[in-house]
Amino acid sequence: MATKTLLEAIRDALIEEMRRDERVFVLGEDVGRRGGVFRVTQGLIDEFGPARVLDTPLAESLIVGVAIGAAAYGMRPVAEIQFADFIHPAMDQIINEAAKIRYRSNGAWGCPIVIRAPYGGGVHGALYHSQSVEALFHHVPGLKIVAPATPYDAKGLLKAAIRDPDPVLFFEHKKAYRSIRGEVPEEEYVLPIGKADVKRPGEHLTVITYGYNVHLCLEAAARLSRDEGIEAEVIDLRTLLPIDKETILTSVRKTGRVLISHEDTKTGGIGAEVAAIIAEEALFYLDAPIVRLAPPDVHAMPFNGRLEAAFMPTVEQHYAAMRDLARF
Amino acid sequence: MSTERQEAVLLPHQQDKDHLLDLYRKMFLIRRFEERAAEAYTQGKIGGFLHLAIGEEAANVGTIVALRDDDDVFTHYRSHGHALARGMDPGAVMAELFGKTTGVSRGRGGSMHLASLEHHFWGGYAIVGGHIPLAVGMALAHQYRGLDRVVLCIFGDGAVNTGAFHEALNMAGVWKLPVVFAVSNNLYGMGTAIERSSAVTEVYKRAAAYNMPGRRINGNDVLQVEAAVRDAVERARAGEGPSLLELVTYRFRGHSMADAELYRSKEEVEQYKARDPIVAFRRRLEEQGVADAGALSAIEKEVEDTVEAAVRFAEESPEPDPGTIFDYIYVNP
Repeated sequence: MATKTLLEAIRDALIEEMRRDERVFVLGEDVGRRGGVFRVTQGLIDEFGPARVLDTPLAESLIVGVAIGAAAYGMRPVAEIQFADFIHPAMDQIINEAAKIRYRSNGAWGCPIVIRAPYGGGVHGALYHSQSVEALFHHVPGLKIVAPATPYDAKGLLKAAIRDPDPVLFFEHKKAYRSIRGEVPEEEYVLPIGKADVKRPGEHLTVITYGYNVHLCLEAAARLSRDEGIEAEVIDLRTLLPIDKETILTSVRKTGRVLISHEDTKTGGIGAEVAAIIAEEALFYLDAPIVRLAPPDVHAMPFNGRLEAAFMPTVEQHYAAMRDLARF
Repeated sequence: MSTERQEAVLLPHQQDKDHLLDLYRKMFLIRRFEERAAEAYTQGKIGGFLHLAIGEEAANVGTIVALRDDDDVFTHYRSHGHALARGMDPGAVMAELFGKTTGVSRGRGGSMHLASLEHHFWGGYAIVGGHIPLAVGMALAHQYRGLDRVVLCIFGDGAVNTGAFHEALNMAGVWKLPVVFAVSNNLYGMGTAIERSSAVTEVYKRAAAYNMPGRRINGNDVLQVEAAVRDAVERARAGEGPSLLELVTYRFRGHSMADAELYRSKEEVEQYKARDPIVAFRRRLEEQGVADAGALSAIEKEVEDTVEAAVRFAEESPEPDPGTIFDYIYVNP
């Protein structure tokens, strides 16, 4: 086992899949010579050449549209959107074309593309370099959405995403790129899309989360165990669409208490869907109201450090919410 | 409108009698097919939206016949003519308009979303301009795999002011991709005249911004269209990059069946109808001795029968089973 950062694990996944399958190529803004603004694709152009590592103009609609067209005959494009905030010009291509192609063609052809996008705040990115955009796509059948929290999951899920015959949005938390390290096996492995992972077993309450918040929740849960003897079960959704109902419901039926946490704002977020699933299918197992912990519904993450801190979820918030829920 | 045009040099095979009669047959098929579709629409047998290309048959046929069978086509929502010219079965196309399970998209697409993988016909697309980047992506895939296939991307003059048009043509120009962009300029984007929506109304001039050749062709002359598109296709196939062809044409009917046409005068429409591309081509075939009136009438009769059979097939075909609504959302849900 080697210890890797999230970013290194993602790069390794790209390299392995490009070596394995000539149909795989990457395209995006500055992914070639510059190696991407976060350096995820650094070195790829040296190994695979400019035909497989394509620098594009600053035009996200084009990047995604080209990927869709190339994928029709079975190519496996991996498109990078430089910041998730820049994905909005490509909404039409993603929602109107990528998501619908298999359906409109009655399965005659599909759209095996991956769209990678760094998302999330806490890096003083302000309005257009901090957003969480996953909920905007969660409403769209035909798409898959993956948001890994650890290097191990990121590598195994990105490899699965590249091999998946349908379009996958792959969201990488930019604060986690270099700050989160973890063990990654040397040998080849692929993880299933659509399966959540119980990152920490527990009996007193269920915490359902994804992305960078997984780490906040795990730290809060460890402190809570040490300080109060409360054992929280932390579920990392990993895949947001399709969502793993079974893992959610199994845990909820066991603990009867649920905290849902994400960095995206609250209204209409992934947490709303998770809460609705639980309400529909496990209401009578609940011993306390469902709690959602999410940033306030403000327009954009503010630049100022104190304002940004007021937006970003913290370990302390999670600790308090988990404790209060266990005591309810 | 500027009348400035570049005449294409006709190709040797364009003197061939069988080829000329095939062009006529295809144009007449599209005309009769769409007239019958309009009737079925007014009878309530076709629902939704129906966009007819009556008047644009020369542009429809001239573009498509310039392709090889393994070349690829992306087109827009006014695409019955392109599908028929590509050789898609008129019965299966009509059944799609009727929303039947025997339709080319099994009733899921309807008039605007015809598609057939077998015909390398990747669809009508109803987001204006949205398919242009897809065509560029497919051309990239051909270049990547070292194939000598060409992608033909057809859209209307309404599409040329979208961001997708600009982004896609620029990329095709940078990467010298094997793609031909053919704009059917029928002078109106829905109900707005091109002069009121485009600062430069000669669409072909925009090619300069993308470092590709641009040509304006009489889109109502099927031979001119075919010759120009073949030029562009061969150029693309030879690795010399994309082209932008502007086919100036006119639709005799409204934007869709629901269009009262308040934005143009009856006199204007009548002027264009007097220059009907099918009538003109028929006259030319007779005058040049390619076929006499009897031979042309025989073709027309055969087409009438084909279209009647297509309508009957569509009417008699079954509706899709509602239980299939969840099919083909994901391969691995």
